[in-house]
Amino acid sequence: MSTATTDDHQDDHHESPYSIKRWLFTTNHKDIGTLYLWFSFIMFLIGGVMALVIRTELFQPGLQFVDPQFFNSMTTMHAIMMIFGVVMPAFTGLANWLIPMMVGATDMALPRMNNWSFWILPFAFLMMLSTLFMDGGGPAGGWTLYPPLTLQTGDALPFVILSMHFMGLSSIMGAINVIATILNMRAPGMTLMKMPLFVWTWLITAYLLIAVMPVLAGGITMLLTDKFFGTSFFNAAGGGDPVMFQHIFWFFGHPEVYILILPSFGVVSSIIPTFARKPLFGYASMVYATGSIAFLSFIVWAHHMFTVGMPLAGELFFMFATMLIAVPTGVKVFNWIATMWRGAMTFETPMLFALGFIVMFTIGGFSGLMLALAPVDFQYHDTYFVVAHFHYVLVPGSIFAIIASVYYWLPKWCGNMYSEGMGKAHFWLSTIFVNLTFFPMHFVGLAGMPRRIPDYALQFSDYNMIATIGAFGFGLSQLLFLYIVIKAIRGGEKATSQVWDHAEGLEWTLASPAPYHSFVTPPVVK
Amino acid sequence: MMGNNWIKRVCLFGSTLLAASSAYAVQPYNLTQGVTDISADVYGLHMIAFWLCVAIGVVVFGVMFYSIFAHRKSKGVQPATFHESTTAEAIWTFIPFVILIGLALPATKTLIAMEDTSDYDMTIKITGYQWLWHYEYIDEGVNFYSALDTPRTQINNIDNKNQNYLLEVDNQLVLPVGKKVRFLITSNDVIHSWWVPALAVKKDAVPGFINEAWTRINEPGVYRGQCAELCGRDHGFMPVVVRAVPEAEFDQFLAANTTLDKTTEYALAE
Repeated sequence: MSTATTDDHQDDHHESPYSIKRWLFTTNHKDIGTLYLWFSFIMFLIGGVMALVIRTELFQPGLQFVDPQFFNSMTTMHAIMMIFGVVMPAFTGLANWLIPMMVGATDMALPRMNNWSFWILPFAFLMMLSTLFMDGGGPAGGWTLYPPLTLQTGDALPFVILSMHFMGLSSIMGAINVIATILNMRAPGMTLMKMPLFVWTWLITAYLLIAVMPVLAGGITMLLTDKFFGTSFFNAAGGGDPVMFQHIFWFFGHPEVYILILPSFGVVSSIIPTFARKPLFGYASMVYATGSIAFLSFIVWAHHMFTVGMPLAGELFFMFATMLIAVPTGVKVFNWIATMWRGAMTFETPMLFALGFIVMFTIGGFSGLMLALAPVDFQYHDTYFVVAHFHYVLVPGSIFAIIASVYYWLPKWCGNMYSEGMGKAHFWLSTIFVNLTFFPMHFVGLAGMPRRIPDYALQFSDYNMIATIGAFGFGLSQLLFLYIVIKAIRGGEKATSQVWDHAEGLEWTLASPAPYHSFVTPPVVK
Repeated sequence: MMGNNWIKRVCLFGSTLLAASSAYAVQPYNLTQGVTDISADVYGLHMIAFWLCVAIGVVVFGVMFYSIFAHRKSKGVQPATFHESTTAEAIWTFIPFVILIGLALPATKTLIAMEDTSDYDMTIKITGYQWLWHYEYIDEGVNFYSALDTPRTQINNIDNKNQNYLLEVDNQLVLPVGKKVRFLITSNDVIHSWWVPALAVKKDAVPGFINEAWTRINEPGVYRGQCAELCGRDHGFMPVVVRAVPEAEFDQFLAANTTLDKTTEYALAE
């Protein structure tokens, strides 16, 4: 009897919360979620500093601060950090924290693999960052790694490829864990169509990850063998084709951009009903729309490469398929607005970020629709218009959704409320500066400024100066976020278990802060 | 010494800025209409898509912001409870679909015209190098390299930047007005992309492969563009400059630059 009690207790806080061993060996979904989220924030600062190096050089025409080669490695590394180091780990961290609580499970299905999938990441990114100090500098051929340019990378290339393999491995393990948890560990009565939308969007995201990360792995391995083992997959002189790499890359890359956004849809679909005090308008159609977007993401990849010289039939197919994505995406936006309609809204910080998400993500969607039109894309392609487009969907899109989730679930995680006033200030500062940074990029792009250049013609100078000012403002505003989060973790008004008066879902039935093991006895969902 | 240099640089930034803002009182902020029928079509399509997005944005954000102002708890409203409506979902799936078809039709028409490289009058072979372009007038026996002509001193902020900073080359690509010119585009090393906004031509230069594009320029003038595909260290420093001239002037250009006679003599001598 007493033995059994001790055994039951053994997993619970058997290490001091501040020992290294606790974090290194943890198999607890909340600890791992926390590790993912802090890792993501550190990478956000590093990737952000890289963005500021880029913006500093672009403040005025002329070369002022960095060598063009280093500039190129900054654009390359900034993208790799932000995609693989910030947005993906942040969503995996949210999945770890939230999915077991949302489906009524104790923990993730595969806790040891969970530990491994996180702890690969710091090593992968240390290796990636170390390439900046290698002979020949860091990777400077763009995050898209197009050969032959990428094959001109110095000593860094094999390390870049190995570290990307590690990132892929980590994501695949994370995805397997999410799928195993969702499919096997739901509480009795929670059918698939009763799952919260965050769980649904993550389930679909996890399948996308498993489908496309191996494709990236294959592509970059072929780069490696082309460079070191004399193969010619992408070398025309040896019978290969450089454009083939682009097809492989974007077959991974397009689903990848939905991997970066689908969980945001889930987050926003949780937050809007809470603060509108009204159920989500079309739950089933949201699920179907997510599924449709995931399906379409596999058949639109070549819209990233309209200018490589494709046959007319190919260009038409990819143009039409890409335009179709506007339909399910529109369905999502209309459903969010219909949820708000005739609700009784309040505007706490998570709601503000969610509303900011809807507006600015939609702006990114509009430029996306314009980019889908192949004949006009010939003008937009590889200009700042594209840079504006994907930053609108990724920064006030994905990043805003991640920030919204932190504000929304932080009281559940740490048991304390954050400062609402400072949270709102963080929202307004972020929103103003994010638009100051990225909106002018539409104009310089249309006026003809190519992306990935360290110096530019004089007619682009005004907008670049504005964008740089915006970028510094946005970067500094995120330090306020750090302060707010740390302050809330350290103390503050105690949160109730419900936290928000109209929040729905199993996570709100747990105490705040949530117990170490979420649901020791599964709840019954009716 | 170092300090002096910095002061000088800061002053130059300032003067550059003044020069820039006076030369371009209003900086361009939209796509160019260009100087070809295709570029005008592309501009038209761009504006249709843009205004369409504006119209959708006004409606969608209008409804959203009305809701934000009207349906708030602080006004004491009671939340409704309605949700799920197959009719609503069908309507907002169908309407965007119809709009998309309306947009796809003109886009398809323009795309087909852009890809039609038949019935050309002359051919230019364009080869990208790290980091300059090579042009070859295939049937006329004229060929030359075209590289950035902006002095390093301007790039390094030692001298004032002139008006076409970074968009000027030593040898411009001279083309006749009114002729259908076909471009065969390839590369010698990495992938580049040959782009002139005023012609609405952007095509990747892929090593080992030849891409086709074409233009028919309506107005004489100098049209500037840049390499659009990241191609290494000096990617930002390989501009494209096209000078379109009337046919008579073009013939003079060819006569002055041809190497055809020499090669013919050489061939005869053998």
